[in-house]
Amino acid sequence: MGKTIVEKILAKATGQTSVKVGDVVEPLVDVAMSHENGALVINQFLEVYKGTELEPKVWDPSKIAIIFDHRVPAESAKTATNQKKIREFVSAQGITKFHDIRGDQGGICHQILPENGYIRPGYIVVGTDSHTTSHGALGAFSFGIGATEMASVWTLGTVLNVEVPGTIKVIVTGELPKFVSPKDIILNLIGKLSAQGANFKVIEFHGNTIRKMSTSGRLVLCNMAVEAGATSGIVPPDEETVRYLREEAGVKDKLDMIVPDADAIYEQVVEIDASKLTPQIACPHTVDNVKAIDKVSGVKVNQIVIGSCTNGRIDDIEIAASILKGKKVAEGTRMLIFPASWKIYKEAMTRGYLMDLINAGAMIMNPGCGCCLGVHQGALGDKEVSLSTTNRNFKGRQGNPNSDVYLCSPAVAAASAITGEITDPRIGVN
Amino acid sequence: MKTKVVLKLGDDISTDAIYPGRFMATVLPSETPQYAFIDYKEFNSKLISKQIAPNSVIVANNNFGCGSSREQAASTLKGWELIIIAKNFARIFLQNSCNLGLRTIICPDIEANENDELEITEKEVKNITSGKKFAIEPLPKARQAIIDAGGLIAYTRKKLMEKAAAV
Repeated sequence: MGKTIVEKILAKATGQTSVKVGDVVEPLVDVAMSHENGALVINQFLEVYKGTELEPKVWDPSKIAIIFDHRVPAESAKTATNQKKIREFVSAQGITKFHDIRGDQGGICHQILPENGYIRPGYIVVGTDSHTTSHGALGAFSFGIGATEMASVWTLGTVLNVEVPGTIKVIVTGELPKFVSPKDIILNLIGKLSAQGANFKVIEFHGNTIRKMSTSGRLVLCNMAVEAGATSGIVPPDEETVRYLREEAGVKDKLDMIVPDADAIYEQVVEIDASKLTPQIACPHTVDNVKAIDKVSGVKVNQIVIGSCTNGRIDDIEIAASILKGKKVAEGTRMLIFPASWKIYKEAMTRGYLMDLINAGAMIMNPGCGCCLGVHQGALGDKEVSLSTTNRNFKGRQGNPNSDVYLCSPAVAAASAITGEITDPRIGVN
Repeated sequence: MKTKVVLKLGDDISTDAIYPGRFMATVLPSETPQYAFIDYKEFNSKLISKQIAPNSVIVANNNFGCGSSREQAASTLKGWELIIIAKNFARIFLQNSCNLGLRTIICPDIEANENDELEITEKEVKNITSGKKFAIEPLPKARQAIIDAGGLIAYTRKKLMEKAAAV
């Protein structure tokens, strides 16, 4: 009987010939990622060792990644103290995949991990961040866990009590129309499945649209799989995966290209015709409240945000710059750009995109998550509206429960910046 | 156990609603309870002024705890020893709750309003006020095993000691 990609990865990670949906397994971890919430992981890790008379020592310091991104540079003394505590722990334990608040190595965790070649096909990746689903873009089984669960991973090197999840197969075919992007595919899918439609399940992405899609686009899909409740999104690795890892991430060693069987058993199959898609908008206050753009065109926007782990890569900034070059951000609208990493920031600077965006009136912010989750930079005023390429629009998400957040693609965000209202780039851009 | 509904909520209650991101720099379970549902001002002030007894119940519909993996969302409710009854829970929140010992009850047909009196047994929730009974769906077996082990810290410590003894 055929196996899904996650069944195969979990079989390998547990040293078994095969596992099936519902089995409870304890897979070995290849990458264990945390950010500022590493401060809580450290607390829980030390708690595990309490009363044991054993010296607290992480299982493998080369497999732990810690990236400062949620509040950089620190917005408060409390955060700075947490970051200091983490730095000391990193140094004492010899943790190697550490990315501090620096222009030569920093960025958002879900960009830093792929960009630095930390992710490989077939890996088990866990992170104390729900958008850890992102790394399925490179064929890893990658999922979010809580801080105490991470403390357990740091101790044992395995994830305890993982139930092998069922899988939803999503087949995307056809060519994406101009100004329609992977973001529109995933928003459309979340609207179809609902915010809990994939709860406890994995979404496996297939179809010729996916095969032709860059790793950047695949990261968008897998990033937001969690917004349908999915444990993970995953793209079976292919030539593009190899190209990205070799050319962009500098990976030289042999790759284990685990792919699903053609006769794998899926719980559900969803088909999407990409050629018929239009720009999609997730309206307040749930990510599954998705509408075609013509239903919400004209909504006045106070703040435009382009960036985050979802849409802060070079192709995202490129399309925004191409739309805004020689134009102006509307009066009364402010525009914030958060590149996903400093590597991307520098590339966008070299290519002149940042200058085009600044001249249009946008602000270039340092790479980080703060605005997306309302903890640092870009808070909204009462009754203000944000149009954002980030991944969540829950009430209060961007720092104010009396504000609205709409989610969209970079092309929609850029076109709307010019008009100051939600604007279809297929109509608004000439 | 007899108890009372102190808050009735709808679908998709996110971790941003339970514990907003702007308080995430506070991490320790001993410090998080003050921010529980802080944007639900009335409920939060009832908690802070200790008008809500331990083992009181929050009732919600589908997908309770969706969104972020932030463990503060579980620890903040655990701090007040609340019980959450929902039609179903988002995965990471459910795992965090079981890991920390926050009591979550999956009750797919639950009907209850604020101030309703409930009686919770192993198999069902009885709404004393309405007289209706609702079956409890068992937690996933992998989660129940962690609860039975006394939470994830204790479970991991036990595994660690076994490993150390085997060396």
